[in-house]
Amino acid sequence: MTALVTSLGRSVLALGRELGGLILLGARLLHALVTWRRGAPDARELWSALHRMGNRSVPIVLATALFAGGLMAIQAGTFVKKLGATGLAGWGAGYAVLREIGPILIGLMFSGRVGANTTAELATMTVTEQLDGLRALAIDPLRYLILPRVLAMTFMLVVLTVLGDLVALVGSSIVGYTVLGIEWSTMYFSFADNLAPADFLHGVTKSVAFGGAIALSSCHFGISVRGGAAGVGRAVNASVVSSAVAIVVLDFFLTYVTA
Amino acid sequence: MSSGPQPTLAAASDVAAVELTRVAVAFGAHQVLTEVSLRVAAGVRLGLIGPAAAGKSLLLKVIAGLCAPDAGTVAVLGQEVTGKREAELGPLRQRIGMLFQNPALFDFLTVAGNVAFPLEQRGGHSPEQLAALVAERLRAVGLAGSEARWPAQLSGGMKKRVGIARASIARPELLLYDEPTAGLDPVTSRKIFDLLDADQRATGATLITASSDVVALLGFVDVIAFLHGGVIRHLGPVAELAAATDPELARFLAGTLDAAAPPHAAPPHAAPPHATPPAPPAEPSA
Repeated sequence: MTALVTSLGRSVLALGRELGGLILLGARLLHALVTWRRGAPDARELWSALHRMGNRSVPIVLATALFAGGLMAIQAGTFVKKLGATGLAGWGAGYAVLREIGPILIGLMFSGRVGANTTAELATMTVTEQLDGLRALAIDPLRYLILPRVLAMTFMLVVLTVLGDLVALVGSSIVGYTVLGIEWSTMYFSFADNLAPADFLHGVTKSVAFGGAIALSSCHFGISVRGGAAGVGRAVNASVVSSAVAIVVLDFFLTYVTA
Repeated sequence: MSSGPQPTLAAASDVAAVELTRVAVAFGAHQVLTEVSLRVAAGVRLGLIGPAAAGKSLLLKVIAGLCAPDAGTVAVLGQEVTGKREAELGPLRQRIGMLFQNPALFDFLTVAGNVAFPLEQRGGHSPEQLAALVAERLRAVGLAGSEARWPAQLSGGMKKRVGIARASIARPELLLYDEPTAGLDPVTSRKIFDLLDADQRATGATLITASSDVVALLGFVDVIAFLHGGVIRHLGPVAELAAATDPELARFLAGTLDAAAPPHAAPPHAAPPHATPPAPPAEPSA
């Protein structure tokens, strides 16, 4: 019993420590943003992060979005065909894609690809004393390394989600035409007549929150790593898991608040 | 804590480059530095020796302000370091150069990018000037023509040399070298110490070098500090090392010190350790 309580206590303390670290990092980043003039993020690092995190993620995100859109069309199509309401197929698929599936799936893909990569990179830099090396040269790692990554991740997830949404709608239309026999024009008018800008903005808002959460989590676990290579592995694992949990929890609350 | 009388050598400068007073650092229950007091006059070349895990690297990080002590005070180049925030330490750190035990080269920059980094961040140099300074530094460390290579393409010894070039390119007033010759063959090691020697003579910078290569270090520094058991047990000129009475130092130099065993009490001392440079040799009379 004592062992159980001890173990539970340790877990709660560890969770509290990580949450505290995340909040502290968030506050420091906010301060760095507010005091932008005192030291703007390194432009070269920001540009490089935008390229690495955004451009290189485009193929995998588009492929995921294309199939996710098609999947939604199949799921919606089963019912609309049964009810003879093919004019609602596009709305069913598009509503799910724009408000839920798009931001969540792309967020998870982004977390697995970019978040994990960022954690591994920062953790390796931490264990090889590169962060201390920056501090010794009077460079603040928060402004030089972390802030550009957080800005790039948050911005690029929004861009990728917008792109992914468009491609997912195309995927829905392709599947609607080829698998369900629904005309292109029917799908198009189903999107245009039934989907509101609010549906699109709802998903975009979520992608901002997801991007911020992934960025914060991946950077926190990267810079707070302990130990050598094993520590880097643990940090990446913790970062991916916490990002996924954050995405689902944030999604629930954002949906609940705006429902 | 000196084993004998405090160094009474003529000081080239009375200004303290580094002044530590009763510095203590612990990690959890593990007390690494118990009570370190040390005063290093400007222009001195101090060698820091001690068994593995004695806290030599940690002491260098404390001096650089990278690790805050739990107790005691640290003053570097006339400025108080203790209790300062990161942003406040920036101007001071620009006057310090540091080579880490792991050279800590930035993976995302080439060799040239790494060496130029301190000057590039400060601004005031044209790309041509930077390229010339980098080429000069790389030539000095024996890596001429390596500008375009990446850290991952270098051997351990080459990384060390790039780290030395980066630490010294801005001509800092205080240089902290952590194991500058670790992993290098004796010939390269000798060359590195010759380079550090020439650089120091040219700039007059204060040098604190932690090294396990005691024999090579003794030929390079003016003063030796022996760190063991969380305290400086001996501090004195290299020439007086043979006369030191600390039994732990004698065992360390003989290679018979058991670093895991608790150290014996340090010999009593009259004053905090104070390192001053040795007097220059007398000018030959005409």
